[in-house]
Amino acid sequence: MFLRMVKGALTRQKGKMVMIAFTILLGASLATAMLNIMFDVGDKVNQELKAYGANIIVKPKDNSVLEDLYEVDGEDEIQSSYLQENEIGKIKTIFWTYSIVDFAPFLETTADVNGTAVTVTGSWFNHHLSLPSGEELDAGIVGLRSWWDIEDGQWLDEKVNPDGIMVGTTLAQTLGIRAGDRITLTTDNASKNLLVVGIYNSGADDDDQMITNLDIVQELANTGDLISSIEVSALTSPDDELAQKAARDPMSLSVSEYEVWYCTAYVSSICYQIQEVIPDAVASPVRQVADSEGAIMEKTQLLMILITILSLLGSALGISNLVTASVMERSNEIGLLKAIGAKDGAVSSLVLTEILITAVIGGIAGYFVGYGFAQIIGKSVFDSSIEMKPIVIPIVSVLIILVTLAGSIPAIRMLLKMKPAEVLHGR
Amino acid sequence: MSLLELKDVSKIYGPLKALDKVSLTVEEGEWVAIMGPSGSGKSTMMNIISCLDTPTEGQVLLDGVDIAKENSKRLTEIRRDKIGLIFQQFHLVNYLTALENVMVAQYYHSMPDEAEAMEALEMVGLKDRAKHLPAQLSGGEQQRVCIARALTNHPEIMLADEPTGNLDEANENIVLDLFRQLHKAGTTLIVVTHDPEVADVAGRTIILEHGKIKKEVINSKEK
Repeated sequence: MFLRMVKGALTRQKGKMVMIAFTILLGASLATAMLNIMFDVGDKVNQELKAYGANIIVKPKDNSVLEDLYEVDGEDEIQSSYLQENEIGKIKTIFWTYSIVDFAPFLETTADVNGTAVTVTGSWFNHHLSLPSGEELDAGIVGLRSWWDIEDGQWLDEKVNPDGIMVGTTLAQTLGIRAGDRITLTTDNASKNLLVVGIYNSGADDDDQMITNLDIVQELANTGDLISSIEVSALTSPDDELAQKAARDPMSLSVSEYEVWYCTAYVSSICYQIQEVIPDAVASPVRQVADSEGAIMEKTQLLMILITILSLLGSALGISNLVTASVMERSNEIGLLKAIGAKDGAVSSLVLTEILITAVIGGIAGYFVGYGFAQIIGKSVFDSSIEMKPIVIPIVSVLIILVTLAGSIPAIRMLLKMKPAEVLHGR
Repeated sequence: MSLLELKDVSKIYGPLKALDKVSLTVEEGEWVAIMGPSGSGKSTMMNIISCLDTPTEGQVLLDGVDIAKENSKRLTEIRRDKIGLIFQQFHLVNYLTALENVMVAQYYHSMPDEAEAMEALEMVGLKDRAKHLPAQLSGGEQQRVCIARALTNHPEIMLADEPTGNLDEANENIVLDLFRQLHKAGTTLIVVTHDPEVADVAGRTIILEHGKIKKEVINSKEK
């Protein structure tokens, strides 16, 4: 009989129930969209921020010690030791390998071009790597310096232009070089005739330099397979107290703290893991970039949480109004049920069951509508789709049930206070 | 022991005395009509007898139990087990069929029994309308469903508040015939009405005025 009554109420009061389901649908869709964006926004914002360069720099251990001793920065490096080029791939073998977005080695030397001494940097552009894990990837500065504006020509392609070189816009103007020209770089060790494939504008000191394939600079500098540093772009989690404690000294962590820290994509734990696979190197975060990323991430997530809370509060108010209005409309029916012997609990459970079934229907529909909202927001804000996280389903289910129950409280209180004599006889 | 006994029952709403020290006894199997002008306290007395309200003062003994002292949960149980209610506005659940409306009373009393609910509808002559919604029934038919709902749990006492107030003469006669059948079967009936013809059918008529019993008439010709 209970189910008959519930079914009767649902099917024969479609209009009222559709309104309640629609309100729940709106709440569920907003919660679904916001939670999915909140969970995905970290990756999205991180990826956006990756366009602004590397957040980790890897240098030989001895160099790093000397830099610390003499307090010199990267511009006045004391290059006394190097890293091996064949160790670069190990970066993609760390625990947080999927957080490593891009990386590139660097080696600098000075060469003579038409009687002018210029700084030439060797690096990877779109270097293809086949890792022992079977993973294939392209790494290099094409991704790492994505903000560079190619004013003339194009990006250097390692496969197409093994003898290519790119020239900074300031240097190109000084030397009168244009894309398509050939220039000769001479050092004590070698001389190379290279094709200028592009003129770039980095908006920084790089505009006074040239950049070419790593092997060419290794030959000009006669260093063999050595490199001076590696820049790494990694997706990281914002630093918290644990990360700050670990950054000071990982050995100060307890076993459980260490496990949490190691298994979280903090910039410090990723640096630590890089040092584990390249023991002669010191990996350190580019603090300014890492801190900005953390701050932006925290604020963006806080914004999403606030929007989620506000949307759920709005839904609760909407549900509350509709359920209260529904109970008021049905006061005769509720009064009658009480008059013929239904106890408060029985009437409350009848009304709540109807509302919860409506909430489930509205919630399921809301989830899919929320999926659509999330994709629209993802496309308009991040220009990519939002990945739907399975964890959102139980969270939204629990939230919708809680919001529905909370929204029903005023109506249930009214129902409990309702006296059959008053509603049936109007006294 | 009388089935129902009111002893100096008063119901006070602020400055208004809806009932003023009313005393009344109803024996088992009796048919009593309560009459009076609007505001005389008929509905208040009905609400108290039907355990929908409690008096401010006095005793209301139903089957020897003073219902004036019971809490709302216990009053619900007494109402469920002993009382059948018939309303002027019928108060049927609009999304349930006639049969389901009768079964609702069974469900909150004990167990819904479709066959028994159908018997109650047959008794009021509505077996063939069992699957109809209230909106598909006439006023008289809705009142008969309301009577079927009231009698399906075999209550000790049936309370009807203006049961013919919304009915035409033909339907009024049908309802009164049903009351006669119930009375003959031994059911105690208390009917609140403003219609002297309806009151005349009862064995006794209580006339209320300003919350007090003004007159009590024994009807010699119970029809």
